Amino acid sequence: MIAVVDYGVGNLFSLASSLKALGLESVVTADRKIVEKCDRVILPGVGAFPDAMAKLEGAGLKDFLVAQAAEKPFLGICLGMQMLFDRSFEYGETRGLGLVEGEIAPLAGAARGLKIPHMGWNSLHFTKQDELFKYNKEGDYVYFVHSFYATGCESSLTAVTDYGVRVTAAVRSGKVFGTQFHPEKSGAAGLKMLKAFSEVV
Amino acid sequence: MLAKRIIPCLDVKDGRVVKGTNFTGLRDVEDPVALAERYGACGADELVFYDITASAEGRKLFTDILRRVAERLFIPLTVGGGINSLDDFDAVLKCGADKVSVNSGAVKDPSLIKAAAKKYGDQCVVLSMDVKRVSGRYEVFAKGGRERTGIEAGAWARFGEEHGAGEIVLNSIDTDGVKGGFDIEMLADVTGGLHIPVVASGGAGCIKDFVELFKNTDADAGLGASVFHFGTVGIAELKRELKRNGTEVRL
Repeated sequence: MIAVVDYGVGNLFSLASSLKALGLESVVTADRKIVEKCDRVILPGVGAFPDAMAKLEGAGLKDFLVAQAAEKPFLGICLGMQMLFDRSFEYGETRGLGLVEGEIAPLAGAARGLKIPHMGWNSLHFTKQDELFKYNKEGDYVYFVHSFYATGCESSLTAVTDYGVRVTAAVRSGKVFGTQFHPEKSGAAGLKMLKAFSEVV
Repeated sequence: MLAKRIIPCLDVKDGRVVKGTNFTGLRDVEDPVALAERYGACGADELVFYDITASAEGRKLFTDILRRVAERLFIPLTVGGGINSLDDFDAVLKCGADKVSVNSGAVKDPSLIKAAAKKYGDQCVVLSMDVKRVSGRYEVFAKGGRERTGIEAGAWARFGEEHGAGEIVLNSIDTDGVKGGFDIEMLADVTGGLHIPVVASGGAGCIKDFVELFKNTDADAGLGASVFHFGTVGIAELKRELKRNGTEVRL
């Protein structure tokens, strides 16, 4: 059973539907007792970093999820990936979950002339072999929608994409995985990753 | 490299797709769910569902369908038509939409753009504009292109960007339905200075029109309705042809 953490941000419908289409059982919940019983956790997220962290804390989930991430496979998606990091500079400086080393910076400052948000399908370049991508191939297209990106995370980097600047696409640290893109919106390529995540031991 | 997007748009009325389609092997070509799945499988990069129903019952049918589509579609889904308030945003987002397109609703109440962007994020708010040449300038029209607003299109696009729209759809009334190609001139003039993604709409009649669009403008996506529904252009074939012409696409 996969727990999809529901802390009041974003559209969890697509993610739950993707898992269902793969024949995977999942539960959308904010209940710690239920999350504890699940064998893996997905932290989704859409919106702004400070607001999402405040909601996570407000729901009493912040420290709990940090502890969960040490015990079982844990996947952060989009803003959920960004929240895995030490801190973000979106609307001032906000501390994250500190599960992955690095920080979240604006794309706007990274290069001139970029259209922001980075929105659409971009191709992946794998910087490291990772079991999350065991069914994917180099150059697979996935769907991105974001205005901030992760930096200073060389040691955990598993995939990047080219948007005039090199953008962190995926990271991994121990059992903790993160994707800046949306696997649940990335067609067949994304479904393969969710399947691979369900098989991580 | 970011791929250029190809986006079919489905007009839905009372729970059925309005414009005819030419997909073979589909028993019910007016069933939005079957069509959406077919488009997802053949390489569409995103789908737009446009509700052209006026009645409350039709609206309910529409949101039911959205939910069923979102359950089976694993590419981004944009919803438009009759979006006038944050409640309207809320209703379609809850049914699985990823982005919401506002048009006349934003003309009537421009503060809706900022309010929606603040609540749901810039990436969620698409400003769709119907534009027509009127005595030498580009003017925004409302109510499905029937009503003049007096608003200059370039200024409206910039207003949208400044107030949090994450994307602009520019539909040229002048080329819409003519099938003589996208309105390259209007695109350059109205959206040239923007820093957010731009979707070109209106005028696609053949593969060459998309090739010209991406060759001659900075548009991020091309949107089409009947050109896809009637099978004039197959999406897989279109994308192969774009790639052959040096345009980055997802194959």
